[in-house]
Amino acid sequence: MMNADKVKNLIVAPSPHVQTTQTTQSIMRDVLIALLPALLVSTWAFGWRVIGITALSVVCCVGFEYLIQRFVVRGASTVGNLSAAVTGVLLAFNLPVTIPWWIVVIGAFVAIAVAKMTFGGLGKNPFNPAIVGRVFLLIAYPVQMTSFATDAFTGATPLAAMKFSPVFAGAELGDLFIGNVAGSLGEVAAGALLLGFAYLLWRRVITWHIPVTIFITMALFAFFVAWGRGWTGAALWEFPMFHLLAGGAMLGAIFMATDYVTSPMTVRGGVIYAVGIGALTMCFRLWGAYPEGMSFAILIMNATVPLINKYVKNRRFGVK
Amino acid sequence: MKTFRKGGIHPSENKLSAGAAIEEFALPDVVVLPLSQHIGAPATPVVAVGDHVVVGQLVAEATGFVSARVHASVSGTVVAIEPRLNPQGIKQPAIVIRREEDQWAPEIDRSQRVVTECVLSGAEIIEKIRRAGIVGLGGATFPTHVKLTIPAGRKAEFVIVNGAECEPYLTSDQRVMTERSGEVVEGARLLAKALGVTRVLIGIENNKPEAIARMTEAAARYPEIEVVPLRMKYPQGGEKQLIAALTGREVPPPPALPIDVGAVVSNASTVLAVYEAVQKDKPLVERVVTVTGKGLKEPKNLLVRLGTPMSALIEVAGGLPEGDCKVLGGGPMMGRAMIQLDAPVTKGCSGITVLSGADASRQPAQTCIKCAKCVAACPMGLEPYLLSKGAQRQKWEALEAGDVTSCIECGCCQATCPAHLPLLDWIRLGKQTVSGMIRARAMAQTSRK
Repeated sequence: MMNADKVKNLIVAPSPHVQTTQTTQSIMRDVLIALLPALLVSTWAFGWRVIGITALSVVCCVGFEYLIQRFVVRGASTVGNLSAAVTGVLLAFNLPVTIPWWIVVIGAFVAIAVAKMTFGGLGKNPFNPAIVGRVFLLIAYPVQMTSFATDAFTGATPLAAMKFSPVFAGAELGDLFIGNVAGSLGEVAAGALLLGFAYLLWRRVITWHIPVTIFITMALFAFFVAWGRGWTGAALWEFPMFHLLAGGAMLGAIFMATDYVTSPMTVRGGVIYAVGIGALTMCFRLWGAYPEGMSFAILIMNATVPLINKYVKNRRFGVK
Repeated sequence: MKTFRKGGIHPSENKLSAGAAIEEFALPDVVVLPLSQHIGAPATPVVAVGDHVVVGQLVAEATGFVSARVHASVSGTVVAIEPRLNPQGIKQPAIVIRREEDQWAPEIDRSQRVVTECVLSGAEIIEKIRRAGIVGLGGATFPTHVKLTIPAGRKAEFVIVNGAECEPYLTSDQRVMTERSGEVVEGARLLAKALGVTRVLIGIENNKPEAIARMTEAAARYPEIEVVPLRMKYPQGGEKQLIAALTGREVPPPPALPIDVGAVVSNASTVLAVYEAVQKDKPLVERVVTVTGKGLKEPKNLLVRLGTPMSALIEVAGGLPEGDCKVLGGGPMMGRAMIQLDAPVTKGCSGITVLSGADASRQPAQTCIKCAKCVAACPMGLEPYLLSKGAQRQKWEALEAGDVTSCIECGCCQATCPAHLPLLDWIRLGKQTVSGMIRARAMAQTSRK
C-alpha cells in the first residue's frame, strides 16, 4: 500500500495533461511589446505628447472596461487580460498628435463601451474596437482627426498629398520607412511596425498569412493601377511601395486585421479576408472621399467574418 | 523529412528516461491479471482457485473472436478470481496469483538467440499470435490477430511499424527499438509474411537517432524493410497520421479503417511480442514500461511482468514527490489519470508518468478569444471550438455534421488553447453521444428490415 497521505493528493482529470504556456494575457502582452518600437519612433517624430495621448487612451479604455464590468455586467474583472490596454494603444496610434484630450476620451468610450462591452466583452465583439473608435471619431470630428500640422511637419499626410495631386511625383520612401512624415501616431514608421511584426511571428502570436496577403494584394492593385495609367520606369514599383509604407497599411495589416476575435478561423478564410481588405483599401484610397481607407476596409471585412467562417472550412482528414 | 501535413503541435519532449537501458523489474509476490486487458469481450478463466500455474500457462481463454487470452505472468498458486480495482478505481474481474519461484512453461525458448528463419504459413503465424494473447501494446489494446485478419475485399499492401512514440515522456518503444532492434525487425518480417505483404515501413521520430540507427542497421539485410525517420510533431504516431506520413494515403473518416488504404499498423513493442510469440513460443507475459516524471528521482524503463502493482514501479523510480501529483497511465497527451496506484500493470500500459507541482493541475479556463489555434492544430481538420460549444449546448446534429466522430482525441486542441478551455472534455462527450445516436439508428434500421 502506498503512503495514505500521498494517495489523497492525487489529481484526476481527463487528457490532455499538458497545456501551452501561452495565455490570453501573455498574447496581449506580446502585442503591447510589439507595438513598443512604433511608439518610440512616434515619440521621436512627434514629441512627448505621443506618450501622453497613448497613456490617456490606455487608461480610459482600461477604466471603461473595468467600470462596465464592475457595475453593468457585474462579473469578475477582465482588465487583467490586457486586451483593453491593447485597444487603448491601437486607438491612440490611429489619432493625430494634435488631437484634443477630450476626443481621446470619447474615442476610448466608443471603442470599449459600444464596440466591445455591449457585445459581451473580449471574444464576442464582431468589429475591431479600436477601429470602431477611430471611425467614429473620423466621422464625428473630421477636422480634428485630419489636422496633422505640428512643429515638425506641416501640411498634409503623404496619402492626402498624393490623393489631391494629378500625377505621381515620386515618394520619399526612405522617410516613410523610418517615420519622418506627417500622419497618425502609429502610422509614421513602417520599419518599426515591421519589427513588431517579426516579434509577433517569433512569439507565434499571429501567422504571416493575413498581413502578407494584404501587402501583396495592395502592391499588385497599385501596380496595375500605375500600369493602367501608362506610367513607366520607377513609378511602377515606387507607387506600390508608397501604398504599403504610407498611411495605416502596416499598422492595420499587422495589428488590426490580425485581431483574433474579428478575423476568420482558418488560413484560407484569412487569405480571402485579407484580399478583401487589401483591395477595398486601395479602392478607398484611390477613389473614395478620404485619403485613407484601411480602417473602413477592415470594418467591412470584419462584417464578412461569420460568413467566411460558415463557408470556408479546413479540409477534413481523409476527405478529398 | 517525412511527416503528416495537417495540424499537429510541438509539446515539450521531456524524454527523461531516453538514456535509461531497460532493467528487469524484480518479480512481484502477487500478480493481478484482469480478464479485460484488451478491447472486446473479457476473457473467460480456465483455472480455479488453488491451481498451480507456471509462467506462460493459459489462465483465461478468449471469449469469441474479438477478445484475447490471458497467461500467467508468474509461477505460483491461483489465490483468487474476483473483482479488483483498476487504475480508475473501478472493480473488474481478475485472476490473482501468489508467486512461488520462477518456473516457465517448458515450450518457451528463453535463449537470447535471434531466430530469423520461419517455416510457418501466414495463417499459422496469425494463429500463434492469437494463442499468445497479443494486443496492441501502444495503448489501444486491440487484439492483434483480429487486426491481421483482413476482411474480404480488402488487401494489405504495407506493414507499418509504429516507432514514432510521439507522446512526451514515454520511451519504452524507443528503448525496445534501440536494444532489441534485431527482434523487432524479425517481428516485422513475420507480420509481412502473415499478410503476404512485401513492403514494411518502420516510422521513427527523429528525436530518437540511436533507435533509428540500430533499426536501420538491423533492417539493412532486408530490402523490403525501410526505416523512415519522421519529423518530430505530435501526433506523428497517431495511426492515421503515421499512415499519411509514410504512404501519403489518408484513411477516410469512420467507419473506414487503415486496411481500406492497404495499411496494417503495429506498435514497435507489439512487433517484439509477435516475434517472441511466433519464434520463441512466448505468450505476452511481460512488457517494457517507462516510469517517468520530473518529480521522480530516477526515471526508468522497466521490463515488468503483467499484473505487477504500479505503485511498486513508482517506488523503484524514487517514489512520488511531495505535494500535488497526477499519476498517468500513459503519457501526458493521451494518458489516463489514476486514482488507484496499486492497480496492476496491464498489456496496454506503456508508461507511468507522474506530473507534479504546477504540471499536475489545469489552469483556470478563460473566455475563447477565437485565436483559431485549435483549428490550426487539429490533425483531423475539425473545428474544435465549434464542436466544444456544440456539445455544451447539446446540439448533437450540428456535432454530427461537424464530423465529431472523426476526432481521435489526441488533445492537440486543448493543449494549444491559450484560454485553457476544456475543449476535449466537451468534444469527447459529444463524440460519445453522437456515436451512440449513430449506433442506435443503425440498430433501428436493421430491426425494421
